[in-house]
Amino acid sequence: MAGGTREKLDNPVMEWVDSRLPIFTMMQKEYGVFPTPKNFNYFWNFGAIAMVMLVTMIITGITLAMHYVPHADMAFDSVERIMRDVNHGWLLRYLHANGASFFFIAVYIHMFRGMYYGSYKQPRELLWILGVVIFLLMMATAFMGYVLPWGQMSFWGATVITNLFSAIPLVGDSIVTLLWGGFSVDNPTLTRFFALHYLMPFVIFAVVFLHVWALHITGSNNPLGVDAKGKQDTLPFHPYYTMKDAFGILVFLIIYLGYAFFAPNDLGHPDNYIPANPLVTPSHIVPEWYFLPFYAILRAITFDVDLVLVAVGMVALGVAFIATPYKYLESILKMMEKSFLNFLGFSAKNIKTLKGVGLITLGLAILLNYFLNDFNFTIIPAKLGGVLAMFGSIAMLFALPFIDKHPVRSSRFRPYYKAAFLIFVANAFVLGICGGKPAEGFWVPLSQLTTAYYYAFFIVVLPILNKKEPVLELPSSINEAVLAKNKDKK
Amino acid sequence: MLRVILLIGALAVSPVAHAAGGGGEKLPNEHWSFEGPFGTYDRGALQRGYQIYSQVCSACHSMKYLSYRNLSALGYSPDEVKAIASQYTIIDGPDDEGEMFERPGKPSDRFKAPYANDNAAKYVNNGALPPDLSLITKARPNGANYVYGLLTGYEDHAPEGEELATGQYWNKYMDGHKIAMAPPLADEVVAYEDGSATTLDQYARDVTQFLTWAAEPEMEVRKRTGIKVLLFLSIFAFIMWRVKKKIWKNVKY
Repeated sequence: MAGGTREKLDNPVMEWVDSRLPIFTMMQKEYGVFPTPKNFNYFWNFGAIAMVMLVTMIITGITLAMHYVPHADMAFDSVERIMRDVNHGWLLRYLHANGASFFFIAVYIHMFRGMYYGSYKQPRELLWILGVVIFLLMMATAFMGYVLPWGQMSFWGATVITNLFSAIPLVGDSIVTLLWGGFSVDNPTLTRFFALHYLMPFVIFAVVFLHVWALHITGSNNPLGVDAKGKQDTLPFHPYYTMKDAFGILVFLIIYLGYAFFAPNDLGHPDNYIPANPLVTPSHIVPEWYFLPFYAILRAITFDVDLVLVAVGMVALGVAFIATPYKYLESILKMMEKSFLNFLGFSAKNIKTLKGVGLITLGLAILLNYFLNDFNFTIIPAKLGGVLAMFGSIAMLFALPFIDKHPVRSSRFRPYYKAAFLIFVANAFVLGICGGKPAEGFWVPLSQLTTAYYYAFFIVVLPILNKKEPVLELPSSINEAVLAKNKDKK
Repeated sequence: MLRVILLIGALAVSPVAHAAGGGGEKLPNEHWSFEGPFGTYDRGALQRGYQIYSQVCSACHSMKYLSYRNLSALGYSPDEVKAIASQYTIIDGPDDEGEMFERPGKPSDRFKAPYANDNAAKYVNNGALPPDLSLITKARPNGANYVYGLLTGYEDHAPEGEELATGQYWNKYMDGHKIAMAPPLADEVVAYEDGSATTLDQYARDVTQFLTWAAEPEMEVRKRTGIKVLLFLSIFAFIMWRVKKKIWKNVKY
């Protein structure tokens, strides 16, 4: 950063500043001439759109905080005062409330883009991970923000979600007490949520800075997923992408403001216009729509994981181990080859059978003991299981760059991945619908099935595709692909 | 492409938000003047609705987020608002001697509540708390149709096999059907001055209009502003689309 070669600027004032802090040189390098692949589609607008939404949320949020009163007895009334008596207060609040939804829409599409085109792969793993950190921070911020109006859903949503932490063994109850600032959701909860809700966006902003920094080190991915190799593959960021982003942002704003002005309460819940009442539980507590898939995963674990269930799993795994041909298990078995068993003279193939038989024997022994002596105990209670499944679903996103080792990035050249991923997306929508329904009837097995696929996509499908999906021939450069496409058109 | 994706997202989300809550029978789907992007309140209906509220509903239901001054939005002149406010006796104070005193209402006063507090309200109403009506149409799914349905959805007898306790009534649209509010409106209970029909249906429509205004007094200005904002953004977006096209004209991509 220090010094470096720098071209002199014509304007003396700018030159004076730039020679001391090369901010104009940096802007020119990172946003002026920054080489950007020329084949972006409109999915590449959503990073800039998310940035606009973050700024919108911070500006409207700070203005709302000037009028809002973080106190259990006054919060609801102060929000109504903003809606009725503060000049354009209704506009600020509706922009903020709908802005949260549209921030999530932008970020979900941004994540879809990243997964569809393999943007998380080498060398952009850290870029992706920083993005997931932002997503996690957004979820915490949005959750705490939803509590602030102190309506019925605010209160009961806060109660349900904070209670989750009590499932953690040993320290759970202490964590919940700490979150609440007492022994139930009450005024201390509201004040600390307000303080943190005000703080978090700035933390997000800092991580966004790191995210953009990492992007400017590796450069952008593109719909082909092949690296830009030279000048013929790229365009300067300005004016090509500044203007394209501006257009995309405006279209997005039209839809966002369409909601904010004409259907401002459609994405919210009517119960939140009823003041919080600790004595009346709503018949059906639901989080905001953008949490519904994760809420469905949380509620899908309706069973305790006990010794018998583990034993059944061991038998199934053992059978699968024996039944699966050797070549699919090669990498796992190679690791085992170095083990003690190999030292005793067993080859990798023998180990496969031996492991399978061992698992089945142990599983059956536990089951036999259960039938004879009724010996069983709970390993993971359902509540903890749900919490682990929910947080695990986000942990999967963190691990994604290390799970998907396939060398091809873009789905355009990965037909199997493309199919599996699009099913994953549809599956996420079904999870969202399940999360919005009461946990009863066929919604429960449906949530369990869709939760299973959510995990299977990461744990089973991607590792299989690593091995099985053929590596297709990729275009040798972006430019060549573009020329070939244009030739086809003629 | 972009619009399609966003629309799909919005469509996928909206039913989830709508589906929550409710209960009971499917609500009536009335036509309201305030619906749609150009919807406005019917001033006549608002004034009649306020008349219903002040003569009937306000016996039990408060509207604590409204002040008499807000009634100017219904088309009343400042003097009329003053006259309306002064009909009410407000307890103010303490005065210089530390005593609470009574005075006629002023436009800046909040609507006078029928009960001193929730416990008093419950005591008088057989244990049930009449909810504050300031936000009622926003606090129920499909609020306007819900209020209209509730007011017109009373049935004389509970269906066979259902028992009503003393002070309970059967309502088609109430969650669980049992409601502690006696049918508040019936034909001819309120005399209108403007010659509108004095029927249960008309009363229910008018008071629904009034309650919708009470919950969303900013709606007309919100929609008017929204039209301008979307018009501006559409023109701006169109210009940027052309700018983008022009800049990219010579790029093969």
